[in-house]
Amino acid sequence: MSEPILSIQNLQVNYGGIEAVKGISFDVPEGEIVTLIGANGAGKSSTLRAISGLVKPKSGKILFKGEDITGKNPTEIVSRGITLVPEGRRIFADLTVKENLRVGAYLRKDDISEDMEWVFNLFPRLREREWQAGGTLSGGEQQMLAVGRALMSRPKVMMMDEPSLGLAPLVVREIFRIIEEVNKKGVTILLIEQNANMALKTAHMGYVLETGRVTMSGPGKELLTNESVKAAYLGT
Amino acid sequence: MGKKLKSTMAPEKKIGSLIAVVLLVVLYVFLFLLDNAMPVNSTTTMLIPVLKKGAIYALVCVSMNLLNGFTGLFSLGQAGFMLIGAYAFAIFSIPAAQHNSVYQYFEGGAIQFSIPEALSNALGQNAGNFLGSIICIIIAGLVAAVFAALIGIPVLRLKSDYLAIATLGFAEIIRAIFQWNGLGKITNGSNLLRKYTNFHDIKIQVGGTIFQLDTIFPFLIATLSIMIIVLLVNSSYGRAFKSIRDDEVAAEAMGINLFKHKMLAFVISSFFAGVGGALLAMFQTTIQAAPFRSTMTYEILLIVVIGGIGSITGSCIGSFLYIACSEWWLRFLDSGSFLGMSVPFFRDGFRKVVFSVIIMIIVLFFSRGIMGDKELSFSGMLRKARKRKEAKAAKLAASTNGKEDGSHE
Repeated sequence: MSEPILSIQNLQVNYGGIEAVKGISFDVPEGEIVTLIGANGAGKSSTLRAISGLVKPKSGKILFKGEDITGKNPTEIVSRGITLVPEGRRIFADLTVKENLRVGAYLRKDDISEDMEWVFNLFPRLREREWQAGGTLSGGEQQMLAVGRALMSRPKVMMMDEPSLGLAPLVVREIFRIIEEVNKKGVTILLIEQNANMALKTAHMGYVLETGRVTMSGPGKELLTNESVKAAYLGT
Repeated sequence: MGKKLKSTMAPEKKIGSLIAVVLLVVLYVFLFLLDNAMPVNSTTTMLIPVLKKGAIYALVCVSMNLLNGFTGLFSLGQAGFMLIGAYAFAIFSIPAAQHNSVYQYFEGGAIQFSIPEALSNALGQNAGNFLGSIICIIIAGLVAAVFAALIGIPVLRLKSDYLAIATLGFAEIIRAIFQWNGLGKITNGSNLLRKYTNFHDIKIQVGGTIFQLDTIFPFLIATLSIMIIVLLVNSSYGRAFKSIRDDEVAAEAMGINLFKHKMLAFVISSFFAGVGGALLAMFQTTIQAAPFRSTMTYEILLIVVIGGIGSITGSCIGSFLYIACSEWWLRFLDSGSFLGMSVPFFRDGFRKVVFSVIIMIIVLFFSRGIMGDKELSFSGMLRKARKRKEAKAAKLAASTNGKEDGSHE
């Protein structure tokens, strides 16, 4: 197996005294789709926020391509090639679709027209709405914009926090199709989901998080058939 | 398709900017005539100060809009930064010979030189006053910006209402400090600063004739400053400001350094508030810390809200309307008579009552302001007019087609 692009070692995250993540370790191999599944409050979002630099971890290490990036600020982390599609989309409502995408490429100094074209080809709906304010898009379109915006930084690892949240099943399927397409272009994906079924079907590798700890791991298809995962997260 | 769209949009943009430039030139020609050729009558004596003050307020309001409208920082320190700018301007431009009479209680003050005067000695009086004032205005902006950078470090970590309270408090503290006798050698305590360069000193000499630039000067500075702010808002920095306004967390996740960008917006806004303060000092010819209280900030905020939060043209239109209403158009309400009839309640202060009611109506029924967050642009108007025309033509074509279809059947 190749060297993991992202390696989380014994990560602990506290929120004002509450231990959200109690020492988890996992690896994200380059070029794969990796998913963290788990119930509400399992520490999934906190893990992503710590990796992206939005919160400082209490202890533990985050290695990106073998380099320690623990506690670095988001500017540094985004410019190294890790980007986050935040939970609840969080697009810039008063900026146009195009402006949203340009903010995604804010740290880049090189020509972004090629990436813009790529994003518009991935999401033809966004091209049609190029001059529309982000806030006027539908939920699904906003999620597409959030993904497109993250891709504009030309990431090596794209982390996605609940991309299926509040979306219709058809739209969810579309989003996951795009996740696979982006992954085929060589972008490693770290996905957290409550929609465990969909996530495990798509992912090469899955980790199950329970109250701040990794309790199970394995290839996505394997977890999908695991009895206890089935009982807890798939409702079958 | 995309190409075609671009080629039809380009001429409108060109015509639009052409109209804007022509209007600007017309405005400046008018201002020049106003300064030099217009007879002095009751209209011009009201119009000139309203225009001057309107231009100054337009600049200050746009600078506040940069913070409140574009970066989403609810700051109420504008009057404080204007005060700093006004004082910095006055202190550096009081002629040396006047120091003893201005600083009569403080042994002639600590700063014994005047930049306009020094330049006048070198370049002649008119050029010296013109350049000297501009240098002093820039210094005024820089001093305000330095203060902003210093207080920004603690204050910008606060959010929304807390930021507003902290900046408001800062402005009040600054006012108190400037009135303090301990600093009297610089600020003249609570006494007036006067005899510094004012708008009337700004003139140019062409051949043998001297032209006054009283009204043109504040417009010139305000136009330049607002242009710089417009360029900033439309740059990638401006996009970063707006993204912070829309969603801080997402902006941070995109790698935008929140503190750095907030600080940048705060410092730049304060710079232009300082410039506005310097212009206000020139306009008033005397300056004192007392009137720069929070009421002044609220007045500016009110104009920003009336004009439309996030609209630069809105702030400009709002400023001139506000100043004209409060200082001129509603004056007749104080005069005691209307159209020759005496009206008992038309007496001093009634103007303010009517004015308050108008403002309440605006805030209640036009809660997004005159412009909302849109900009007034001629190219935009032309584009809209063309679209309307096209829509009308399409409708007409559809209806005639319908008729034809009908007749065929």
